[in-house]
Amino acid sequence: MAIDMRQFHQTFFEESLEGLAVMETELLRLEKTTDSSDGRAGVATNPEILNTIFRAVHSIKGGSSTFGFGDVANFSHVLESRLDVLRDGRCMPDRPVVGLLLLAVDCLRSLIVAAKTGKETDRKTIDAVRDQLHELAQRETTPPTPGACPASTLVPACWRIVFRPSRQIFFSGNDPLRILRELAALGEVKIAVDISTLPSWELFNPEECYLAWTIDFAGRVTREALAEVFSWVMDDCDLDIVPSASMTPSLSITPRAIAEAVANVDAHAGSIRVSVPKVDALINMVGELVITQSMLSQLASHFTLESLPKLFIGLAQLERNTRELQESVMHIRMLPLSFAFNRLPRLVHDMSQKIGKKVEIIISGEQTEIDKTMIEGIIDPLLHLARNCLDHGIEPPAERRAAGKPETGLIELKAYQKGGNVVIEIRDDGRGLDYKRIHAKAIQRSLVAADAKLTREEIAELIFVPGFSTAETVSDISGRGVGMDVVRNNIHGLGGNVEITSEDGRGTRFLVRLPLTLAILDGLSVQVGAHTYILPLVCIVESVRVHPEQVSHPAGGGELYGLRKEYLPLIRLYELFGVEPRSTDLTQGILVVVEIDGRKAGLYVDDLLGQQQVVIKSLQTNYRRVEGISAATILGDGTVSMILDVAGLVRMAHAGSIRGDVAVHQRAPTDVGRSAGSPTIN
Amino acid sequence: MDTALALDHHRLQSSEEQYLTFQLDGQEYGIAILKVQEIKGWDKITPIPNSPPYVSGVLNLRGVIVPVIELRKRFNLPAAKPDAFTVIVVVNVGERLAGIVVDSVSDVIRLGAEQHCASPEYEGQREREFIQGMAQVEGRLLVLLDVDRLLKPEMLTERAEATPLSAQTSAR
Repeated sequence: MAIDMRQFHQTFFEESLEGLAVMETELLRLEKTTDSSDGRAGVATNPEILNTIFRAVHSIKGGSSTFGFGDVANFSHVLESRLDVLRDGRCMPDRPVVGLLLLAVDCLRSLIVAAKTGKETDRKTIDAVRDQLHELAQRETTPPTPGACPASTLVPACWRIVFRPSRQIFFSGNDPLRILRELAALGEVKIAVDISTLPSWELFNPEECYLAWTIDFAGRVTREALAEVFSWVMDDCDLDIVPSASMTPSLSITPRAIAEAVANVDAHAGSIRVSVPKVDALINMVGELVITQSMLSQLASHFTLESLPKLFIGLAQLERNTRELQESVMHIRMLPLSFAFNRLPRLVHDMSQKIGKKVEIIISGEQTEIDKTMIEGIIDPLLHLARNCLDHGIEPPAERRAAGKPETGLIELKAYQKGGNVVIEIRDDGRGLDYKRIHAKAIQRSLVAADAKLTREEIAELIFVPGFSTAETVSDISGRGVGMDVVRNNIHGLGGNVEITSEDGRGTRFLVRLPLTLAILDGLSVQVGAHTYILPLVCIVESVRVHPEQVSHPAGGGELYGLRKEYLPLIRLYELFGVEPRSTDLTQGILVVVEIDGRKAGLYVDDLLGQQQVVIKSLQTNYRRVEGISAATILGDGTVSMILDVAGLVRMAHAGSIRGDVAVHQRAPTDVGRSAGSPTIN
Repeated sequence: MDTALALDHHRLQSSEEQYLTFQLDGQEYGIAILKVQEIKGWDKITPIPNSPPYVSGVLNLRGVIVPVIELRKRFNLPAAKPDAFTVIVVVNVGERLAGIVVDSVSDVIRLGAEQHCASPEYEGQREREFIQGMAQVEGRLLVLLDVDRLLKPEMLTERAEATPLSAQTSAR
């Protein structure tokens, strides 16, 4: 009776990929401790790091051989043996070694992905990495202080054994094969056979042994122990056991292709692992809900006026049940941000080496929980922002020294919850934005008019304009001009926004705000004519009655509303959406002041209906994206209502240039000519 | 057993197909029954701003947001007030759902190969794009519509208005 193993494959893949992520994190930690404490001491104080890595590889190895993924099992076996070398202290986890191990993690990941998808992977690279791992094992250790690790000074990690049995060896009842197997049991062996003495067929005597072997043995075993294996044949052969020379792995392999191939598959892990208590809580709540429901239906079947209070109690209970259920279902979808953050140290590690900058990354608040879809969606923008900090922000070591800063740059990644939002801060201590250069570049690319006077904030905004890049050379890191606009779009797609602030010579800070979940939104329902729209509460600053004397009509056709010391573009929602308003008289309606990406605008609506939580329903599932609308929702009476996309509305108002009076233009260059010389608004 | 099924399937595929027929401005149209998910009475439709005129809005179909196409407007026919017979035919195209508003549904009929007839060249090339074929049923002309073409995602965009439909290549 064979069990269908395939049903467990998915779990194995997920666990393995998680294990690899753990390995990556731990390896980077290992490198850090090694760097900071001059090698060996780091490992000595932190054996737990190596053990964690070891456990991860071991379970992948075990799982893969159980499920018959030979490639994965083989590779993880090699990796495991190498880690053994590290764990025994025979080798130091210095930069090149950790680099190689990281590469090995990539290979293992690509093998697992290949096993999962059934696609072929880059064999060549994997074999090359495997060979380097072999070499690593044969490295001889030179401990910093003699005697710090006696075992490794006395016993070389690698031996070369030349075993040349006599022709009559079979007559003594010995089998060379058995000896070789025994050797293999002691450690890693690489066997080469010498067939030079093999005679031609006519002279061949099957009872004689013509072969000789050269064995490269890896493992901390004394010469005596090795000789012991040969003890039965000692008199019957020529045996030569010498410690083998050390080899340094050369890191010439580019992990890029593999990493990219993996990233493509990695992005769409289709399931969530949920802890049992969370599920138990859910079941309890459903149980309560069922009780409430039966109580209510019983009440309804014999309803008298006397039982009215009971009905209200029941309804209150139902409301509580629903809310709790909603919260715990949401909770299931929540994952800590560390799932996204953990990708960054590796990126910083690889890239800083490549571009010759010294960078340290500090992560905090990675336990902040956020919706799973958000995690998936935020990874790419985060990687891009970090890349930006590395490439544009942090200066090369020499420049930093000259500026009186420590050579090692700092990238700080911080997450915390603020109201209904999760805020992610990425900050570097680099040179800050070069406002002059950005402005010059924007003029050169005719993104703004040459004589336009821009504030610092507006110049900073320019980096989010499509097609903008100040990098002189196009590298594979950044400088292709696709990037910051995509970052902003992706973040908007998640219902969040991104801001940039910068201080000359002190660094740049990106502030990403995301809603906690994509499924439910706190909204304010507003009325425009016969229609009800939902405005996300996070965007709303305040609502004011319009005083007609505060409305001005500067040249260019727009309407501005003066609120305290600010002038906001006034957007008449009914005009933008082409619906019949209740009244076009501004005093009859209400102006809702919204803020997005640091810019404010006033939305003119007929009335405010009330604040409510709405369930977000995608319009794109069956229809398509609509400008100015982020999604739909279903109201209490069953009708559909549109959720407004504030950023999109502001953009639309600009693009239509009917209200286009803010100096920063995000659309086509053609907008710019029209607005050159228009008033600048803060 | 398998062969019998395959034969049955083949027979259905080649010689006889079922169509849902409906009325639109006095003309009878048919769509393949397998594309139809359900038929729904006229309900309140929420308009979507900045959409093509023939997209009359979206509908709440048991919690799913479904766009609704006004077929009269799509075919440039005179508008009509919804009455007791007006229904929304919810069709399933690929992964998407969409509702189409028709004057009234008539029947489900089987059409054999011999009933299909060649569609002649006539004016109104745009509407022709959606026509799969024509058939004669009891002396009346039945226009068979290609729902997939009618509801291709790019057909629902404003852009589709500007570019000739024939110039558009395969759907996403």
